[in-house]
Amino acid sequence: MKRITVIAGHFGSGKTEFSVNLAMDLKKEHEKVALLDLDIANPYFRSRERQKMLEDAGIKIYYNTFGYDITEDLPAISAVLRAPLEDKDCVTVVDVGGNDSGARVLKQFAKYFKNEDCRLLCVLNANRPETDTVQGMITSLRSIEEETGLKIDGLVNNTHLLMETGPDDVLKGRDMCLEVSGKIGIPLVWNICWKEYADDLAKAGCENLYPVRIYMRPTWLDL
Amino acid sequence: MGEKKLMKGNEAFALAAIKAGCRFYFGYPITPQNEIPEYMSRELAKAGGAFIQAESELASINMAYGAAAAGGRVLISSSSPGIALMQEGFSDLAVIQAPVVAINVMRSGPGIGGIQPAQADYFQVTRGGGNGDYHVIVYAPKSIQEAVEMIYKSFDIADEYRNPVMIAVDGMLGQMMEPVVIPEAIPAMEEDEIGKYKPWALTGHKNKREHNTINSVFLQQEVLEDFNLNVLAPKYQKAEAELSEAECIDLEGAEVVFVAYGSTSRVVLEAMGMLREQGIRTGLIRPKTLWPFPYKVFDNIDPATKHVVSVELSMGQMIQDVKLAVNGRFPVGLINRVGGILLSPVEIAEKTKHLLEVK
Repeated sequence: MKRITVIAGHFGSGKTEFSVNLAMDLKKEHEKVALLDLDIANPYFRSRERQKMLEDAGIKIYYNTFGYDITEDLPAISAVLRAPLEDKDCVTVVDVGGNDSGARVLKQFAKYFKNEDCRLLCVLNANRPETDTVQGMITSLRSIEEETGLKIDGLVNNTHLLMETGPDDVLKGRDMCLEVSGKIGIPLVWNICWKEYADDLAKAGCENLYPVRIYMRPTWLDL
Repeated sequence: MGEKKLMKGNEAFALAAIKAGCRFYFGYPITPQNEIPEYMSRELAKAGGAFIQAESELASINMAYGAAAAGGRVLISSSSPGIALMQEGFSDLAVIQAPVVAINVMRSGPGIGGIQPAQADYFQVTRGGGNGDYHVIVYAPKSIQEAVEMIYKSFDIADEYRNPVMIAVDGMLGQMMEPVVIPEAIPAMEEDEIGKYKPWALTGHKNKREHNTINSVFLQQEVLEDFNLNVLAPKYQKAEAELSEAECIDLEGAEVVFVAYGSTSRVVLEAMGMLREQGIRTGLIRPKTLWPFPYKVFDNIDPATKHVVSVELSMGQMIQDVKLAVNGRFPVGLINRVGGILLSPVEIAEKTKHLLEVK
């Protein structure tokens, strides 16, 4: 387990939901956990919207605005964001903005992300139009590598259709990610799934499952 | 029908427009609708269309004026303050009877306001900020799927009525993601077809017909009165008779009838479930068109209903139409949040109980 996990990927791939889940889960095993919300590309659905929940759980959250004024932000980064990256005792999840343009912000922190304490994961959703083919997935992750100058260490299959997701979506995404993995030599680290499906998927032979729950999405969207 | 894909609202709106045969887009960036011009800049040329990032909102709507006058299927988009800058253009589009579809991804105001979701443009889109007697036909979808279908329909309605049509969504619908199926593509019209289906369009007379002219200046008062009364008025009357749409849920036996549109109607639905569990029966009228407003469906409200409540992300704008529709038959209340804050289901349920207790 590396101390710093950077979560990048195509926009709308589900990075934020996964980042929040990962931070909440890491907190169960580690004393000091931080979530770094580096999304300076998008004004909605960012992990900072769950600031109170994360802080109540004992997770420190860092982002590019001050206080709770979530909309008063600039596409710029404050130096305070380096604190968890430099703290050797702090297990840190870095939630990055979407696409190569959203991931560009990683560049200025490259020295933290290039060391052996860190791994960069790329989230892939085979139900998004731009990443619904093996080639589309490769193009997406290569563009992030090119833009940031960082090497992706692992793939995370997050193939879903929100509340309409079934086990078949996860398996479809897994097969595509394994093909991507075979072609470019980057391992598939996790298959994200609803907690409810985890047992069924395990029985179906799906390995490296990461069961998640929904933290970011308001309930009324899915009646 | 295609495969179900997970899409962000703004992306799906842009894709739907292209699939509905739109080949011209003129825009200027503003949050929370930037994914629309971004998508168009990347994808429209691939479909044989033209994308231009204009120097301002005023320029983009006037580019739309030109492309629509020439018979093209045109989309423009912006967010509240940007739509405000376009208002002169909407008045002009109405008078030259140009079919243009506009998407307004609403954010909070007044002024530059904030970038979070709001529905505070109800007056702006239904009453029009431009001068003169005109109307814009306004659709208010509740989901990305419904928005996609309304966008397809809007291009047809715009052509049929020769009038600007607007899709009004709050920032939430533009920014959120949902599974969506894009209906079968409608091919864009070839140049010779444009002359056939849009005989008024400025396609070049080629010495085969009289000049077509597009005009918004009427210096003789009798001519302008004649145009307003005999061209615009019948068209708007037809729209009022034919286009208003609403969804009604559980009106029978409802103690309280909510009126809400767009994403707010979905928050209301969850609140209705909470209230039902507490023994309070409520119903919902969800206007799918904001202009023409679906006044007639309010006749379906159960006479035993105690309150009609307009639920909006504004200081109380739609409530004026609700009061006109209710016409004094029921007391009309308001449940709202403003400034970019969404209502929560619990908040609506609590405020409704408060309303019933205090009457």
